[in-house]
Amino acid sequence: MGAHDRPEATAKAKGGLAWLERWLPKMVLAPTFVMMLVFIYGYIIWTAVLSMTNSRFLPSYDFVGLLQFEKLFENDRWLVACTNLGIFGGLFILVCLALGVTLAILLDQKIRQEGAIRTVYLYPMALSFIVTGTAWKWMLNPGLGLEKVVRDLGFESFSFDWIVDPDMAIYTLVIAAVWQSSGFVMAMFLAGLRGIDNSIIQAAQIDGATLPKIYRRIILPSLRPVFFSAFIILSHIAIKSFDLVAAMTGGGPGYSTDLPATFMYAHSFTRSQIGLGAASAMLMLGGVLAILIPYLYSELRGSRNG
Amino acid sequence: MKRIKKALAPIVLSGIAAATSAQAGEVEVLHWWTSGGEAASVAVLKGLLEKEGHTWKDFAVAGGGGESAMTVLKSRAVSGNPPAAAQIKGLDIQEWANLGLLANLDSVAKAGNWDKLLPEVVSNVMKYENHYVAVPVNVHRVNWLWANPDVFRKAGVGIPTTWEEFPAAADAIQKAGFIPLAHGGQAWQDATLFEAIALGMGGSEFYNKAFVKHDADTLKSEKMVKIFETFKSMRKYIDKDAAGRDWNIATSMVINGKAAMQVMGDWAKGEFTAAGKKPGVDYMCLPAPGTSGQFTFNIDSFAMFKLNNDDNVKAQNTMARLIMEPTFQETFNLNKGSIPVRSGMARDKFDSCAEASMDAFNAAASTGDLVPSMAHGMSTTSYIQGAIYDVVTNFFNDDSQSAKEAVNKLAQAVKAAM
Repeated sequence: MGAHDRPEATAKAKGGLAWLERWLPKMVLAPTFVMMLVFIYGYIIWTAVLSMTNSRFLPSYDFVGLLQFEKLFENDRWLVACTNLGIFGGLFILVCLALGVTLAILLDQKIRQEGAIRTVYLYPMALSFIVTGTAWKWMLNPGLGLEKVVRDLGFESFSFDWIVDPDMAIYTLVIAAVWQSSGFVMAMFLAGLRGIDNSIIQAAQIDGATLPKIYRRIILPSLRPVFFSAFIILSHIAIKSFDLVAAMTGGGPGYSTDLPATFMYAHSFTRSQIGLGAASAMLMLGGVLAILIPYLYSELRGSRNG
Repeated sequence: MKRIKKALAPIVLSGIAAATSAQAGEVEVLHWWTSGGEAASVAVLKGLLEKEGHTWKDFAVAGGGGESAMTVLKSRAVSGNPPAAAQIKGLDIQEWANLGLLANLDSVAKAGNWDKLLPEVVSNVMKYENHYVAVPVNVHRVNWLWANPDVFRKAGVGIPTTWEEFPAAADAIQKAGFIPLAHGGQAWQDATLFEAIALGMGGSEFYNKAFVKHDADTLKSEKMVKIFETFKSMRKYIDKDAAGRDWNIATSMVINGKAAMQVMGDWAKGEFTAAGKKPGVDYMCLPAPGTSGQFTFNIDSFAMFKLNNDDNVKAQNTMARLIMEPTFQETFNLNKGSIPVRSGMARDKFDSCAEASMDAFNAAASTGDLVPSMAHGMSTTSYIQGAIYDVVTNFFNDDSQSAKEAVNKLAQAVKAAM
């Protein structure tokens, strides 16, 4: 009888194991999946709904259509915030990319102490934007930082007061953000450079190509995917920039360094205009999607071809 | 056996204690008074409440002038679990009451005779549809000018009493090598200065029309253009590092004689006191130029939320009663630098600035010169306040904008926010 039972039991156990193998990953992933669904996509939908209501103090469900968006486009401060994002984001991405590539190429020349230098450049990335912002705020303060130091050295007429000048303050944000992120871009490019097949370069050298030409015609074009990922990462850093502004200028002088993220925070949470804040959040989401969708499209198409 | 008895004794005793004070409830209090002097002020209330047998559950959320506290409060209220009392001020009280979340305090108010003790302008803020829903804690006067007499002596000028006199005095101070006006370039500080100029040049009636009733003609009037021009002219008396500076750092510039004056509410007094300075000797507190008979008020208050537990409601009512009683009003305001909201209090413990403030408060209450502060959320909702902030701070910092343009923008922004 015992002998009779055994194969059945093992079959059962086997069946159980197979069942577990099949369902365990799903069971383990289910909670995070549900949470993602609720706390990311659910709240995106909720924000979209709120952006079409007249919510002020607390969420309400009196629908007013696209009124909040209309108000947003009449709002001087929002237009300033969007222009600032254009200036800040554009310059930040361009300078970071340019600086990152240059540093990576220079570091790639098989120099001594590469490890140490790489760490020096990469280190700012380890700091949070709050720290970066506070440090640069002090350095750029005319009565405390750079300007005072140079004047104390005897250059009385030296002036560098961008941070208190409403027209220039936005560029000080670019300086701080570039200081923080260009090392990271450098690291990405350095990894890309190291990944290029050496034999292609040697072949070019045998053909008599000069080093600048090799970089221009062979190496940089093959770094295209790195450019792309760096661009995606930098642009989303730019769009969500909040802490840097909060720490460095607080949106000031006036509201000349406001960005969409600080605008959204101020209106939804301190000014009790949740509807307007939600509308601005939706437009920010639109901005991110405008960058992300072409990227995903090209990625997916690329993999089908490959 | 003895050991067991000993061990049991406290339990039994506490059982008896619980039985005798069956009325004891708990109040959970949301506030953002977390800095040294403020925390000491709150501890006064906690002590008084515990003496009556109730328990105090502290729910302090630090930072940002209450912004983060309000965010937490909203989430608690939406989930149906609000604290017993929360530090809510000005027109926000009406907003909360309008949502039906606040408790009715009429019985406590009647027993305590609040209607007699509070000026009408103040009690109106505490009432929703003629029922008390909040308790005022203190009164801050916002239209103060803090001056360092030593700097004025060195510059050889007197302290200006009107905005017309101001430029002459400020120029002399500048010539003597001092900063005439200590200021912090933050939106609310810009608005505080702007509101003092508007009150000083426009008078109480004009002020009320513009910032309480939001009358479009007043907002666009010629007088408002003049006010904006005067406001802009203050720029040259402020050092250029002011951007983003905190108010207390500006105050310390007056304390250590780097700057001559600051326009700031009476919480600045705390900084002078902490630095060991004496009013009338080391520093002067005067009404902001042109506002000597007027009083811009900023009142801190606790709004009481509807609760389900009867014992907790009792504790809540006790708290409301205690806040208005003289003991609390005196100790709290001595700690905080403000003046009691209750009239007829003994004055012997308060300093000369506080006494001047009390006199001005009582006088202004009877002449109609007691006006709510726009910059501190007393006169208007947070959305209109925000719209005014934007226009004011942008104009102050943008050299290309004319006063005429700013005035039109102001009227437009206020209308859009209403």
